[in-house]
Amino acid sequence: MYFERFDPLQGQCLQILDPMGKVQEDLRPDLPDSRVKQLYERMSVMRLADQMAMSLQREGGMGTYAPFYGQEAAQASAAFLQPADWMVPSYRETGALFLRGVPLANLYRYWMGDERGMLMPEGLRILPIAIVVGSQPLHAVGLSWAMKLKGEKAAAVAYFGDGASSQGDVHEAMNFAGVFQTPTVFLCQNNQFAISLPRKQQTAAATIAQRASSYGFPGLLIDGNDIFAVAAAMTEALADVRAGKGPRLIEMLTYRLGPHTTADDPTKYRASGEIEKYKPFDPLLRLRRYLESRKLWDETAEKDLVQRGQAEVEDAAKKAKAIAPAVPDDIFAYTYRTLPPYLKRQQEDLRAFLKEQAAVEAHHG
Amino acid sequence: MAKLNLVSALNMALDQEMARNDRMLILGEDVGREGGVFRVTDGLQKKYGAARVVDTPLAESAILGAALGLAAGGMLPVAEIQFEGFIHVAMDQLCNQIGRYRNRSRGRYGLSLVIRVPWGGGIHAPEHHSDSPEALLAHTPGLTVVQPSNPADAKGLLLAALRLGEPVVFCEPKRIYRAIKAEVPEGDYTVPIGKAAVARQGKDLTIVAWGAMMREALEAAEELQAQGASAEVIDLRTLSPMDSETVVESVRKTGRLVIAHEAPRTLGLGAEIAARVGEEALTSLLAPIERVTGFDTVMPLSQLEDYYLPDHRRVLAGARKVLAA
Repeated sequence: MYFERFDPLQGQCLQILDPMGKVQEDLRPDLPDSRVKQLYERMSVMRLADQMAMSLQREGGMGTYAPFYGQEAAQASAAFLQPADWMVPSYRETGALFLRGVPLANLYRYWMGDERGMLMPEGLRILPIAIVVGSQPLHAVGLSWAMKLKGEKAAAVAYFGDGASSQGDVHEAMNFAGVFQTPTVFLCQNNQFAISLPRKQQTAAATIAQRASSYGFPGLLIDGNDIFAVAAAMTEALADVRAGKGPRLIEMLTYRLGPHTTADDPTKYRASGEIEKYKPFDPLLRLRRYLESRKLWDETAEKDLVQRGQAEVEDAAKKAKAIAPAVPDDIFAYTYRTLPPYLKRQQEDLRAFLKEQAAVEAHHG
Repeated sequence: MAKLNLVSALNMALDQEMARNDRMLILGEDVGREGGVFRVTDGLQKKYGAARVVDTPLAESAILGAALGLAAGGMLPVAEIQFEGFIHVAMDQLCNQIGRYRNRSRGRYGLSLVIRVPWGGGIHAPEHHSDSPEALLAHTPGLTVVQPSNPADAKGLLLAALRLGEPVVFCEPKRIYRAIKAEVPEGDYTVPIGKAAVARQGKDLTIVAWGAMMREALEAAEELQAQGASAEVIDLRTLSPMDSETVVESVRKTGRLVIAHEAPRTLGLGAEIAARVGEEALTSLLAPIERVTGFDTVMPLSQLEDYYLPDHRRVLAGARKVLAA
């Protein structure tokens, strides 16, 4: 019903929870308060996890990291996938991956430059994160196509950003999905920036969601900072694609409160007051207002949550730091299924070189 | 002369040519307001306006394909691809289109355009931000591929590239963007494209390198000197078309050759250099040619990056091997 009622070509945007924390009941999806509370808690821990990653990077323990500060509701979209659905993430999906069950320590580990962190736990249907933007929606199309061919009633969700939407690959992915009617959900988190480029310079179209119509399937623009709208859009899109109704595109309009990555300086391109305008739309703030208005939340609960959450992320950071670094042999382990002889020789050469160097250094020491 | 790092030297070259040639424009992701993620185009949009220093949508194929059209239309486009790993997205435009355009148009459209790309590893970056795919480009007919190893060459080669009248891929070794400061001529200064430089004279062996590996090669040569061996070090500078004559000439003198590059070994530029030396100077060789290179694996993330990238110690080990033979 949401896809039918809200037409992005008419400039319509689905919002259910307003910034003051008030819910429009007639639009409310099947989301009981106990679940809302639980989502609020996970989104809060998500934010703490993001902050922890930022501080690990600042203290030199982590390489470049892409934060999702301000996008917690859109990231919580992962909560609406079923175990049989595939998640096809970009590099900004740390929150979504965490919510789907990837241990935080693994995610930290990856950003610390240890590829072992990208090994997904057994049984979790998640592809590795894509660094080249816009490459992964095509993979989601292929994955969901495979499920359709195998008769599985499941979906693949492609996560990408507004910047990525300019890539040719994203166009090709949507076109394929339309033609082959694959069970794909295209989930564009529009955080309004591609590094320094504001959304307006990314496309002259009013919305990204409206593109769906030109590929022959429904699109929906939602307030991506509203967990109710996220729940509504995800639930309906996933049910539709699983039922064989073809692909869906959801544009989740949010705002990147932080930098593009830790290597980026947003003061170069963002007016200083701009962020203040978006703070009232903070997905956590408005959800908390909702819970408080229902007497489901108070200062004590918040304090308790922050304390527990902080302990959880600190524990993950500690675990990530405690893992012994990867060994050089790891470089050779996965490029091919079987190591070709010349590559085996390169590996042996490196081993011999390192042994010799260690001996030289021991001698000098 | 001012002492500049590579970033400032490149910025100076772009600035001077923008001032000289009003048909030049810069296009790419974040090149304007942000001044490029490495700040190579810093301040240029303020100076020349948003129509000449253009922040484009995020689409490498569009950036290069449009650059082709701009060049055919009489402009001088300078396109920035943010990291070398993103150039593959535009490979059709680069290899199937740009490289072949002079031939396809029977010489009518010799495209004047420069594609600047931060190149290679060593800065602890994410995946696709640390590769060295120069062999893919050097293997493509019609492309000129350049990689400077120091600030003065960076300026001189870039200015020469902008005036070459050919499509040039200008690979910028990002790990030495700010690691080296050296004197850079302030005026109009060019370094010829297609000519290697003998960076250090020697008689016992030849070491060939380019880009960031030149630092490792020179450091190895320095250590060899202390151990009584004299290495001639050649900076290839232009990777395609390759000046193998300078290498061959040096090998005829020294009889020994070490080639050092950070790209994977198989079908890397080292293989081509070795083949040419084999063809031209086989009888001068006193030892088998030694290649010191990255491995034929995916470039690892930061934890293992230093094992992958050949450093001066690995160059030194290669040199000892050819000297012992």
